[in-house]
Amino acid sequence: MSTNAIIYISVCAVLLLVSLIANRQKTLMGLKRGWFMFRNILVPFLNILILVSVALYLIPPSIISRFLGPESGALGMLIAAVVGSITLIPGFISYPIAASLIKQGASYMVVATFMTTLMMVGVMTLPLEIKYFGKRVAITRNLLNFVAAVIIGLVVGLVL
Amino acid sequence: MKKYFQKIRPYIWLIVFAIFILVSLVLQFQSGKTIATNFKTSLIEMITFIPFLFIIVGLFDVWVPKERIQQHIGPGSGLKGILLVTLLAMLQAGPLYGAFPVAYMLFKKGASIRNIFVYLGAFTSLKIPMLGIEIGYLGIQFTLVRTLVSLPLFIGIGYIMEWYLKDKNFVIKEP
Repeated sequence: MSTNAIIYISVCAVLLLVSLIANRQKTLMGLKRGWFMFRNILVPFLNILILVSVALYLIPPSIISRFLGPESGALGMLIAAVVGSITLIPGFISYPIAASLIKQGASYMVVATFMTTLMMVGVMTLPLEIKYFGKRVAITRNLLNFVAAVIIGLVVGLVL
Repeated sequence: MKKYFQKIRPYIWLIVFAIFILVSLVLQFQSGKTIATNFKTSLIEMITFIPFLFIIVGLFDVWVPKERIQQHIGPGSGLKGILLVTLLAMLQAGPLYGAFPVAYMLFKKGASIRNIFVYLGAFTSLKIPMLGIEIGYLGIQFTLVRTLVSLPLFIGIGYIMEWYLKDKNFVIKEP
């Protein structure tokens, strides 16, 4: 079993125990909510795992490290930032993609930029955002977030 | 027939994939077997921590009083307001477009412009369920650095937006 699993299972066990002692009813409600949230993401999550397994087979690591690796420079960052801003992949399921990109030779800087733009900038959801905030504010928020996302990506890449 | 198709539609890729793997195993199709091994590895990786993460998230959900937090994020709430609004955002789940209705609700309840944009920032990338998955897949170091760099930037964006919208009669509308 991975260290990850051990940590999560232990934290979960401790919290569950404390919660059970404090209030049984609330604990059951919490378990129910957790289960519903898990059930909601399960199928999309499995679909992404399928996609990743097929992509891992089809795309050779050399291609990934060439376009997204440490030597890809500004081009890699540009690809990551643009793809991340435009696509609408739910946060949950983007992590297995990010992890496998890193395993295949993509750099932390590129992957971090992809993840941050994915989370913080929403070109696809812009029309909806405009309905709430108005055109100017929505566009400004996205632009500011884009700049922030690239900064975060750069710093993560430099530190790790 | 159509109704039946509607019912299995969400699972269509799982079904197609399962058939493909079964056929590959029977026919000793090497590519299919490699893909199956890839899938098995990532499935094990996922199933050994994600369910436990959701138990933790569910417990958080029932124990932390979100309504009480919302009362303390109006104009003049200062640093405490920023901290509370960040905490509130961290306890949510779901995609960014799910945050817009909440932003509207916060606006109606009198949250300051700055806090609303700090909320949106924190909502995009500091949600606890997502941090849990991020740590699981990319490591605690990655998550820690990304979070620590993100938070001041979001607060900065909150201040910029507040300054930018100061005399502009900014309202959040419900579509």
